[in-house]
Amino acid sequence: MTSALLYAIAGLALFAIGFFGVVVASHVMRKILALNVMGVGIFMFLIACAKRNPLVVDPLPHAMVLTGIVIAVAGTALALNLMVRIHHIDQSSQEQSK
Amino acid sequence: MNELSSSLLLPAIVFLPLLAAIIAFLIGRNQLQGRINICFSLAQFLLVVLTTLLFLHEQTYQSERYVIGGWGAPLGIDLIVDGFSILMIALTGLLTLLITLYSASYFSDKYSASEKSLRFWPLWWLLISGLNALFMSADAFNIYVCLEIIGLSAAALVALQGSRAALEAALRYLLVGLLGSLFYLFAIAILYRSHGTLDLMQIAETANHSFPDKVAMILITIGLLLKIALFPLHFWLPPAHANAPTPVSAILSALVVKASLYILIKFWFDVLGATITLGASQMLGALGGAGIIYGSWCAFRATQLKVLIAYSTVAQLGYIFLLFPLSEYSMGVSSFTGSASQAAVYFIVAHACAKAAMFLAAGNLILAQGNGEIAQLKGIAVREPLNVLVFAVAGISLIGLPPSAGFIAKWLLLTTAIESGQWWWVIVVIIGGLLGAMYLFKVLSLAFSTDPAVVESPTSKSTPQVSNVMTTVALILALITLALGFNAEFILNISNTVSEVSGI
Repeated sequence: MTSALLYAIAGLALFAIGFFGVVVASHVMRKILALNVMGVGIFMFLIACAKRNPLVVDPLPHAMVLTGIVIAVAGTALALNLMVRIHHIDQSSQEQSK
Repeated sequence: MNELSSSLLLPAIVFLPLLAAIIAFLIGRNQLQGRINICFSLAQFLLVVLTTLLFLHEQTYQSERYVIGGWGAPLGIDLIVDGFSILMIALTGLLTLLITLYSASYFSDKYSASEKSLRFWPLWWLLISGLNALFMSADAFNIYVCLEIIGLSAAALVALQGSRAALEAALRYLLVGLLGSLFYLFAIAILYRSHGTLDLMQIAETANHSFPDKVAMILITIGLLLKIALFPLHFWLPPAHANAPTPVSAILSALVVKASLYILIKFWFDVLGATITLGASQMLGALGGAGIIYGSWCAFRATQLKVLIAYSTVAQLGYIFLLFPLSEYSMGVSSFTGSASQAAVYFIVAHACAKAAMFLAAGNLILAQGNGEIAQLKGIAVREPLNVLVFAVAGISLIGLPPSAGFIAKWLLLTTAIESGQWWWVIVVIIGGLLGAMYLFKVLSLAFSTDPAVVESPTSKSTPQVSNVMTTVALILALITLALGFNAEFILNISNTVSEVSGI
C-alpha cells in the first residue's frame, strides 16, 4: 500500500464521515462544519490523485483544490451569515415576546 | 464567407453579464440604475440572438468550440456549444431580457425598500453569467465552478426578502446546493483519477463500464438530482421558490433547476452513457412519475399561491424524467437522440416560458391583493383581468391543453411512450394532467367567481399598484408560450441538430 493510496482512502473516509454529519446533525452550525469536512475529504482525495506517477507530480489537482477551497470559503461564509441573521431575528422576537 | 463565427462570441456572452454585475455593484443605488440594467439586458439579448443566428447560419450543426487563451484541452478550458446548448443560451437571453424589464419595475421605490435593489442587481447578473457559462462549458471542473456560482447567487437572491421564512429557505437551499455540488466534485475527482483529463469529450472517448465510472455516474446523479429537486429530494424547493422575490422565483423555476438538469442529461447520455443500465433509467422514470403525482397533489393542497406554483414545478420536472427511460429504450444504447430527446428539450423550453409567465402573473396578483393567500383571490379577475389571463394561458400550457407549447410537449411525450411500448408512462402522464387541471382550475374558478362583497370593495386603492410594464412582460411571456405551440417546428429543428451532434 503506497502512501498516496492511504491518503485517497482517508479522503474517502472523511467524505463519508462528513456526509453522515450533514444528514444526522440537527444544528445548522454542525451541518456547515460537516459540509466542510466533506470538502476536505474530496481535496485530500484529489491531492492523492496528483501522485499517479512516482517521478513527477501532476499540478492540475492542486489547481482544482485551490479553486475548491475558495468556493468552500465563499459558501461557508454565506451559510454562516444566513445562520447568524436567522439567529438575530429569533432573538429579537423572543425579547419582544417578553 | 465571413470571419465572424458563433464560437468567437461565446466568451462575450459570459463576460457581458459579469461586467454588468461589477458595474451594478459599483454604481450602487442611483436614478439610472434601472435603465443601465435594461441596457445591459438588451445588449445581452442582441448578442445571444446574433450568436444563435450565426450558429444556425453556419448550418454545420457541429459543436462550435472556443479555446480560451489558446490552451486546448486537456491543459486549458474549452467553451463548446451544440444545438441543445444554443437553445438553452437563447432561452436564457430571452428570459433575462424580459425578467430584467420586470425587475426594473419590481425593485423601483414603489414596491420595495431601496436596500433590496442595491443587492439584487449584482447577484442577478452573476446568476445569469453562471448560467451562460454552464451551458457552454466543456470542462467537468469548470461546470462545478459554474454550479457553485449559480448556487451561491441563487441562495443569496432567495434571502433578499429578509423575512425569517425567506432566510431559512435560503439557508436550506444553500446547504442542499453545496451538498449536491460536493457529490459532483467527488465524482469529478474519481473521473480525473481514472481518465487523466477533465475535458468532457475526452472523458467520453475513454468511458467504459468500469467500476470507477459507475461510481462517478451514481455520485453525479445523486448530486444533481438533489439540485434538480426530483421527488423525493424536492423538500427544499417549495420554500425556496415561494419565499424568493417574484423575479427570482421566475428565474429559479424556469432556468436554475434546468441548469442542473442540462448537466445531468449531458453526463447521462453523452459523457458517461456507457455506464447506464436499463434498471437505472427505469428508476429515474419511476421517481419522475412519483414526483408528478406527489407534486400535483401538494400543489392542490397548497394555500399560498406561490407555494402552489412551486409544487407545480416539482410535478413538471417529473415529466422530463419520464424521458430518461424512453430515450434509452428507443435506441438500445443510451444516447440522447430521437423523439425522446426532442420531447425533453421541447418540454424544458415550454415549461421555462410558461412557468416564468405564471410566476410573474402570480407576483402581480399578489401585489394587487396584498398577500399570497389563494382564498383571498376571489373575484380578482375583475380587477386584474390581464394578469389572470396570463395565469390562465400559462396554466393551459402546464396542463397540456391545445393550443400551447405544453400541449406539443405532452403530445411528443405520449407518442414516444407509445412508440417505445412503455404504455405505463401514459397512465402517469394522464393522471398528472388531470391533477394539474385540478389545482390550476381551483385558482381560476376562485379568480372568476363574482362575489358582490369583494367587487364592491374599494378597488381604486389597489388597482394602480401593478405597473403596466410588469403586466406587459408577463403577457409577452404568455404569448411566447402560445406562439411556441404554433411554431413547434422551429424548436424541434434546433433540437434535431442535437441528435446529429451529440453522438460523440
